Amino acid sequence: MRVSIDSATCQGHGRCYDLAPDLFGEDEEGYAVLTELTADRDVPEGREGDARLAAANCPELAVLVHEQVRA
Amino acid sequence: MTVDDRFTEEARQQRIAQAQLGTFNEIVTGPVSDWTTDFSHLEPEYAENAIEVWDDLRGRCPVARTERFGGAWLPTRYEDVAAIAYDTEHFTSRAIIVSNVRPPMDVAPVGLAPPISSDPPFHHDARKLLLPAFTKANVAKQAVTTEAFCHSLIDTFAGRDVVDAATDYGMYIPMRVIADMLGFPQEDSEKFAHFVENALEGANGPLEERQARGMALSDYLFEQVRDHLDNPREDLTTYLLNAELYGQRLTPQHVVGTMTLLLIAGIDTTWSAIGSSLWHLAKNPQDRERLVADRSLRPKAVEEFLRAYAPVTMARLVKEDVELGGVQMKKEDWVLLPFPSANRDPERFERADEVVIDREVNRHAAFGLGIHRCVGSHLARMELTVALDVWLDRIPEFSLADPDAVRWSAGQIRGPRALPMRIG
Ligand code: HEM
Ligand code: SF4
Repeated sequence: MRVSIDSATCQGHGRCYDLAPDLFGEDEEGYAVLTELTADRDVPEGREGDARLAAANCPELAVLVHEQVRA
Repeated sequence: MTVDDRFTEEARQQRIAQAQLGTFNEIVTGPVSDWTTDFSHLEPEYAENAIEVWDDLRGRCPVARTERFGGAWLPTRYEDVAAIAYDTEHFTSRAIIVSNVRPPMDVAPVGLAPPISSDPPFHHDARKLLLPAFTKANVAKQAVTTEAFCHSLIDTFAGRDVVDAATDYGMYIPMRVIADMLGFPQEDSEKFAHFVENALEGANGPLEERQARGMALSDYLFEQVRDHLDNPREDLTTYLLNAELYGQRLTPQHVVGTMTLLLIAGIDTTWSAIGSSLWHLAKNPQDRERLVADRSLRPKAVEEFLRAYAPVTMARLVKEDVELGGVQMKKEDWVLLPFPSANRDPERFERADEVVIDREVNRHAAFGLGIHRCVGSHLARMELTVALDVWLDRIPEFSLADPDAVRWSAGQIRGPRALPMRIG
């Protein structure tokens, strides 16, 4: 599973880094960033549920998950 | 060091004068005759029944109208509230509290309390100044003092069977936190309460009275500014005094406007959120027992309380005539943005009218949508979490002492203002 943040729509609500603090972090202004675990945009195996949960709770629909893995 | 000569008597007079200009309309008060054509959010029947009013309107008249306040609209569906929040072309934040005065057009795009009163592109720059102080990581540093303060409030309950969870507890927490952040004396809480009431609940009051109280707030803030110029310290007031935009220090109107915003925006709102959460738990013992027993449920419950009892309705003025939700909005009409109603729209949320304390998917809009997302949301969440944790750990058993004595606020910030609670 792939994940990214749409920084044009992220407003820094922080639901993603509240729910999955190791998959998402905040920059110095509170906008979401990827972390060490997700820097390559791949969601670590077994953590797909947390990534989906973060996406499902972002009020701005700025957490983008793509279900297919890279070929 | 150069002397700071921005905060002169002239600047003070200018602030007062600015707040007195604008377009005035006749003040209309009294019972609402029809919610679809004559709504008012400042009458007692709205305070009592706002949730029922939204649910009713959403079903039969999703954008309600009133001729009060010189003309205003009340959309109740998520879809329409979101569309307005995202549309800064047709809607301006020049004023965000509906009243009987529309501030002069030329205050845009800065407005009287940046960044909440600002429009793009200025809004972005004014907001950016505040963001670093309010990140999750930075507000977390205040959790320890906030927790100690909550304990000290509960210590004062010793020997009492009944306390007011709104006025003996919830109210003081955000006042204390924001006083600390701005570097204002803690003993000024009583004054803050009056300033806030005037700005929000008093929005339909006599103009002279509102202006006199507005002046008292400006005077208070100018006093704090002078004190900080004489004794700079590590707080937001000193930060704002030194901050720069476009290579220059902020105008005195910007500094005092932002201080006004921070003082008003954080108090009633967070106080309301704490109060309605405790009200819910007092009325629903099964939820209370679950949260007392299982701390891991609390973060989800906090989000659900924010959804179901979202305290904040914002407003906009129409900038250009526009059709929205099937009605024609005219330039200078007011438009309320009831995020709490959006949060209860069954088109958007499953079991929208139920409080589900372990709701997994909760894309609520309590802190707004789009560019004005509440700068204080991480702070508010911290305060609400700490306030509930301390209360539940210290007072696991509580119930409404007198359900008829509970009083909800009217106006754009909704929460219990009297909440007698039997404890222990
Ligand atoms: C539960 C408590 C709170 C709620 C529900 C809340 C809600 C909101 C909402 C809905 C907005 C959007 C305004 C709009 O769209 O026009 C907003 C803006 C704002 N809030 Fe809060 N708020 C809360 C607490 C706080 C606190 C504690 C602070 C800080 C002291 C704060 C500071 C602000 C500021 C500065 C803005 C303006 C942001 C901008 O215009 O860019 N709020 N708040
Ligand atoms: S929840 Fe959404 S808006 Fe909030 S920080 Fe995460 S990506 Fe940004």
